[in-house]
Parts: sequence; structure tokens; C-alpha cells
Amino acid sequence: MSATGIGASVRRKEDHRFITGQGRYTDDINRPGQAHAYFLRSPHAHATIKSIDFKAAAGMPGILGVYTGDDLAADKVGGLICGWMIHNKDGSPMRAGAHPALAQGKVRYVGDHVCVIVAETLAQARDASEAIVVDYDVLTAVVDTASAAGAKTVVHAEAPDNTVFNWHLGNKDETEAAFKAAKHVTRLDIVNNRLVPNAMEPRAAVGDYDDGDGVFTLYTTSQNPHVARLVLSAFIGIAPENKLRVVAPDVGGGFGSKIFIYAEETVCVWAAKKVGRPVKWNSDRTEAFLSDAHGRDHVTHAELATDADGKITGLRVKTTANLGAYLSTFSSSVPTYLYAPLLSGSYDIPAIYAEVDAVYTNTAPVDAYRGAGRPEATFVVERLIEVAARQLGRDPAKFRMQNYIKKFPHQTPVIMMYDAGNYGAALKKALEIIDYKGIGKRKRDSARNGKLRGIGFSSYIEACGIAPSAAVGSLGAGVGLWESAEVRVNPVGTVEVLTGSHSHGQGHETTFAQLVSDKLGIPIENVSIIHGDTDKVQMGMGTYGSRSGAVGMSAIFKAVDKVIAKGKKVAAYVLEADEADIDFADGHFSVKGTDRKLDFGSCALQAYVAHKFNGQDLEPGLKEGAFYDPTNFTFPAGVHICEVEIDPATGVTKIERWAAVDDFGNVINPMIVEGQVHGGIAQGVGQALLEGAKYNSDGQLVTASFMDYCMPRADDLPSFEVGMTVTACPSNPLGIKGCGEAGAIAAPPAVINAITDALGHEDIAMPATPQAVWRAAQKSITRMAAE
Amino acid sequence: MATVSMTVNGKAVTASIDPRTLLVQYLRENLRLTGTHVGCDTSQCGACVVHIDGKAAKACTVLAVSLEGASVMTIEGLAMNGTLHPMQEAFREHHGLQCGFCTPGMIMSAVDIVNRRGHALDEKTIREDLDGNICRCTGYHNIVKAVAAGAEAMAGQSMDRKEPPRQAAE
Repeated sequence: MSATGIGASVRRKEDHRFITGQGRYTDDINRPGQAHAYFLRSPHAHATIKSIDFKAAAGMPGILGVYTGDDLAADKVGGLICGWMIHNKDGSPMRAGAHPALAQGKVRYVGDHVCVIVAETLAQARDASEAIVVDYDVLTAVVDTASAAGAKTVVHAEAPDNTVFNWHLGNKDETEAAFKAAKHVTRLDIVNNRLVPNAMEPRAAVGDYDDGDGVFTLYTTSQNPHVARLVLSAFIGIAPENKLRVVAPDVGGGFGSKIFIYAEETVCVWAAKKVGRPVKWNSDRTEAFLSDAHGRDHVTHAELATDADGKITGLRVKTTANLGAYLSTFSSSVPTYLYAPLLSGSYDIPAIYAEVDAVYTNTAPVDAYRGAGRPEATFVVERLIEVAARQLGRDPAKFRMQNYIKKFPHQTPVIMMYDAGNYGAALKKALEIIDYKGIGKRKRDSARNGKLRGIGFSSYIEACGIAPSAAVGSLGAGVGLWESAEVRVNPVGTVEVLTGSHSHGQGHETTFAQLVSDKLGIPIENVSIIHGDTDKVQMGMGTYGSRSGAVGMSAIFKAVDKVIAKGKKVAAYVLEADEADIDFADGHFSVKGTDRKLDFGSCALQAYVAHKFNGQDLEPGLKEGAFYDPTNFTFPAGVHICEVEIDPATGVTKIERWAAVDDFGNVINPMIVEGQVHGGIAQGVGQALLEGAKYNSDGQLVTASFMDYCMPRADDLPSFEVGMTVTACPSNPLGIKGCGEAGAIAAPPAVINAITDALGHEDIAMPATPQAVWRAAQKSITRMAAE
Repeated sequence: MATVSMTVNGKAVTASIDPRTLLVQYLRENLRLTGTHVGCDTSQCGACVVHIDGKAAKACTVLAVSLEGASVMTIEGLAMNGTLHPMQEAFREHHGLQCGFCTPGMIMSAVDIVNRRGHALDEKTIREDLDGNICRCTGYHNIVKAVAAGAEAMAGQSMDRKEPPRQAAE
């Protein structure tokens, strides 16, 4: 392994600009003549708009325009879309209401977009917004997930019982039979709390229109600029794709929330032509809380059947998923195909049946947030397993080991074909790291100090490398989920790689360069990674679902292979040998059995000067593109163990230790991969202990700032002990599985299993705040006293 | 409009501004120093931390007009003569950043912690003193390592890297 090649912890190439304040985020972009947009948002969760009077506002200083949904409709700007069709149990399509970018007659959640004010300055736009009089007829709001279906209040007439779909997966009859024959059944009611992704960079957009060429440009905080262009062009109708450029420059974190095509970006790019000026919008944090797509929000009843030997024989769940007031871009896929296919976890479960009802409520749209469906599935499975082990008097580690899938490939009853893994190896390593043997003594030590200590396991699996186009197409996706790459070799042998993946913290400029430098045998400094601009990068599907390694890099791998193949043809002419006799290794083309060779840079030069093969059947130049479409999902898996100590006097849960052992397949840069694990765990711990988006019964979001929504800070977390095991992924050329979501998927059940172990009962929900834990601890103390 | 004069990253600047202009707006919009970021509206996230007269401050909570005669240092002013500050170097070396958005504020806060607490920082002190800065990417694990390493490296830096001394009145 070279110091900069595959497997090396190369320091990040992109860091210099970030540590010196030279990162270039969307809000750092200022176009000449730029105006500012401010969105007037609904203060009501549910209301009919009787009238909007903006005459006074339009005449205020600096105002360039005030626009409503009628103006968008007049310009034939379409509504926002949901790109994944789900079918009901009876085969009928899901029922979805329209999703206009600016309200048309009705608002459906607090923060919904009533109209936009465009002004010379943001302050002027805000001032004018206060002079707009909106006459609302306020309606009752439906907020609660569990009771939304069939509520009197109807969010969209298209879904009269507020149910978007009732969907199922698995085998109902076999599962019912398994439960009938079961020796023991474990039952749990679970709420997976609603979260706000909260990337540190709020969403932003700058729309620009060049009247000379008729070209729109949108600078935006996107994880997938080509997808944004596709949707804005083909569905919303801003402009044809060849007249619309989307640029996603440095993006300050995404975690799913920047996949989607939102109202604000749509309106900014449209308004740029309307006012004849570039139009900028930058979300403030409360706007982000109100209008970024939220995550999770499931209510689930789950059951696990076991036989007399403790073998799991069946699993069934009934879940209600809250999708909010409108269907966001990929919302319908999250509680269905990203959720139920993971309900087999790491376990050999012969019968599984899942029913999912998705409901509309008067809350912000809910869509993918780090893990997207898989954390919800893992929480169900890992809580059931832990509780079952406790009820059966089994050690949770041994119970897992007994039920693990041990032979691969393994076909689960819920679509997925796991291709490779070794779950027992990860568990063993995690047990060693956490010193499982010593937990009894540590619990006794804590008890002597009046504290409650607990240990919790999470043996997660996820489906990443999203995704084989044919597979997702058959499940309802409106797009293919390949990735594209172009490798441009310059005449001096330096290389530009254009990738459809997008980096918003993942370090692609480093890891992708490691791959190319390693394969071509050239210095890493000679490789530049270009992403995030539809005018530069040929095509792309973007970054989410831990797909950039497994899918994005596989496309680069293919393109580099094509470059080498072309280079061999050039080298054959230059070295005057047969192409079949040309080898390529360590940056040199050589003729088999001779000392004749040509370094990569010289070959590139020869490819461009073309002196040696003019008139032959070989084109000049050295530039190749590739699309890679995976043949299977990838299946990262691992074991996280959390050890907590609870102070029953205060309810404060302190995470004492965290062991994470993950199998991500082959790893390009361990430093970056470990960083992804740390960050994922932090978000999972946030869900388990601190975070929860709360609406009151009127539909007001009462956690709409960092004062009210508790984000993990440095002193809420421990340092993590991270280990890895490796089984290479057989379905892609690099053997990569993906690592971006693992921590967020693994962490919540590990924390809650540890807390419930410490408490001695299962009666605690997420977030397990000090108040909730204090109440639960009093129950433990009462019980202990009674015993 | 109000006129205010201050020193930013060693350069004297004077401007006529709307009195409601926040320091962070002045830095980003008037001076185009976009390294200082805005991540919240409630002084919680610390993405906007700069140094005012040698002490960390959240630039989203300070009116620019209140800084007549003050010396402000932003992330752009931390590297000297093309050489990175040891804390910047430590963040890179220890992978203390991912998306980079919180990073300028983190680094400015970290330098302030060292100024206040000295060069030998244990994990508990670092975690507690980073309380005013939120990172959503790293889980803080590597930030904590970076701050400890940066603090140690700052002990070895020459005097001329130090910021102006705090005013006697403080």
C-alpha cells in the first residue's frame, strides 16, 4: 500500500480551503445585481386562504416583486413531486395531493409558503412581509401520527382518510403460522421520534437568468444537482435541461435533507427571470426547522416469535408512518422499501410480515434522514431481540450469535439477498473491545456509588449502494440509480475526474483521488475531483444512501479501466509492439518480456500529439466515461455496544463507553471512514437521548430553534472505540459496502438497550431525556424496593 | 446610517452602515470575509465565532457599530504569511472537520480555549469548553483530538503569532 493509495489514511485534499475560511458555500456566492427573496410563511397549521393583500407591501422601498401561487400557475410552473410510486395492498396506486411551491388556496403546515417577496435587500423584503395581509380561515389541524388516519380533519381531499397508502411486504400466512406455533412471543410498542436533520449549513439558493442565452442557473445546497435539474426541468417546467444549469458548490452537510427539491429553490430560479435580477434566499435556522424535510416519525407495534430452543421463527410489524403535509421527493420510499426489507436484520428469520400505513398530517413533510428507514427497522429488530433475550433469560450476545445468518448468499423473506458478511466476527470483536466479561463488576461498582449501569447491543445491517436500477424500478422508483464518471487525462498526464457523486463532508476529493492515483500509478496531487456542476459533470444521481463509494467510485473504476485500455493502444504504437503484449503497472506501460516502457504521462502526451498513429484506427486523446449500475444492494453490518451509567437522582445518562465494529467491505481511507462512523453515532445518540421535534395540538412546532431542539454537543458524547472487520462486497469491483449511515442506524437501539438494562424495565421512549430517565428510574427504585 | 472604524485581520476598515448591521453581516457582506458562517439565529451554534480584542465572540450577537476602535480577527486572519496556525494544521491532521461549515468557528473557539486554559488540555476540559459550538458531522471525537494537539503545538509557536494582548481594562 502506498502512502496515498487505497487503504491509506490520506489527509484530506479539500481541508485547506475549509480551515482557512475559503470554503465556497451557496450563501458565499453573490451575483452582480443580486436581489433577495423572503418567504412569507403560514403561521397556521391548516387554513384556507381567503385573500392575500400585498398592495401596500409592493409599494414599499426596494420591493421588486411580490408573487403568489397564482403567478407560478400563470407561468405554468408545476408543483413539487414525489418520485416514488407506492401501491396499496389491493394494488391501487397511493393517493397524493398536489404540492404547489407557493400555496394555492390552502396552507397545510406551519411554515408552508404563502408568497415570496423579492427586494433590493433582505431587510426590505422582511419589512414588506409584515405589511402583507393574509385573510385565513383557520381549520382544525391533524398532527398526531397514530390518530391521523380517519380523523375528521382532512389534509388533502385526494386522501379522504388521510392515508396516503396502506402497504405490506412479506408473507402474511407463513408469519401467522409461525406465531401460532411459537413457544414465546415478544411484543413491543415503539415510537420512532421525529427528527430534524439540521445540517449546520442552512439551505440556500441563488437563482440567475441570462436573458442573452435564455439560460437559468441555480446555485443551491444540493446533494444531487443533476437530480435537481431533472426535476426542475422535466416535472416543474422551469426550463429544458439544456437551458438550466444547477451548481451545488461546497455544501455544509446534508444527511438526506438536501436531496429533495424544495419550494424555495424552485421559486428563486423562476423569480430571477421574473424580476430580471439574480435572486438569493438563505434559510434562517427557524425556517430550516419549519420547512426542511424532517425524518423518522413512526409508530409501530412489533412482535417476535421464538421456538423452544430460542430460535427466532417469525417477526411481524404494523407501522404508521407520518409523511407530513405533502409528499417530499422520496418520502414514500422511506417507510416502505427502505424500511421493511431490513426487518430481517442480521438474523435468519423464516417468516416476516410488515404492514405500513402512511398518513398525511399538518406538519412539515417527512423524508429521508441519515439512514432513512433503516434506522427505524434496526430499532424495531434490535429492541425486539434484546427484550426477547431478557424475557427468555438468555445472554443478549449469545442469543444474537445463535440467530445470526451464517451462510451466504442469504435470501430473506423481505426482498433482500445478503451477499457477504460475518456477523459473529464483528460481535466477538466488539465484546472484546467493551470488555463484556467485566460488565458485572462494573455494574456492581456503579451500584455502590448509587448509580445504575447498563450495557446495550445493536447488531445492525443496512442496504446501501443504492441501487440497481431495475430493482428500484420494479419497486416504484421513477429514476435509475446508477452513477456516472468521466476521467479526463491532460496531455501532461494530470487527471480530472468528473463525478456525479456530490461531496458535502464525505471527503470525495481525497478518496476518489486515492483510487485514481492508485490505479494509474500517478501522484495524488496530479488528480483533481470535479463535482457539483451540471455544466461540467456529464450526468449524475448524487450522494445519499451510502452510495458514493460503492456506486460512484465503481463508475470511476470503470472509466479508469477504459483509460488504461486506450493507453495500451497508444503505447503499442509508441513502443512498436502488439497491443496484446502491453502491460500496465505502477504507472508504466511496458512490453512483456522486454525493458521497453512508457510512463503514464508520456503516454498521455503521445495520445494527444497523435504523431504515431495518425491515419490508423485509433482516435487521439485520452478521456473516457463510464456509467456504473450496481447489480445488488450492498450490506454493511456491524455490532455497536453502548455502556451507560445513569444517575437516578438526576436522570442524567452518561455514555461511559462505545464500541463500534463495522464491516464496510474494503476501505479506501480508514481515517475518513472512522470519521463517518463517529458522526453517525453522534446523530444516533442525539435521537436516543436528546432530539425530538414536537408539534403541539394546534400544529405549532415548539422545537424550532437550537434553544428548544437539543443537538448533541461535545460534552454529551464520549470518545468512541472503533474497530472493523472486512468481508469484501462481491457485487462491485472495489468490494466497497458503504459507511455513511451505519452509526446513525446502529446507535439508537444500542443506547436504549443500555438504558433499559440499567433500569431493569422497558418503559422508556426516545428521546431518553434526563426528565424521562429520572421518571423511569423512580419506577426502577420502587420495583427494587418491592423485591 | 452610522460610521464605524475597526481593525479586521490587521487592516483598518471604516464603513457607513445600517445601525442594525450585525458584525457577522458586516464581515460577510461588506468585507466579503465569508469564512465566518451563520448556522443559527440564537447564538447557539458557534459557526460565527471570531475574536474581538483577542477574545472569542459570536459575531451574530454583536452589532458592528458597537466595535468602534476594536480589533477583530476572523478565520481568514489566522494563518500568518502563508503559514497555517497550529490549530488549523491540527484540525487537518486529525480529521477534525467534514463538511467544513462549523470549522472556522470551531478553530476560533479552540484558539480561545488555549488562550484561556493553557496548552495542556484534557478531554473533559475541551469537551466542556466547546459547549458553544455545534458540529453535526464529526461526533466531536476528532475535533477533541485536534484541539488537544493544536493546543500542544501552540506552546511551541513563536511570540509573533500571538494575537494582540487583551486590553488592561478587562
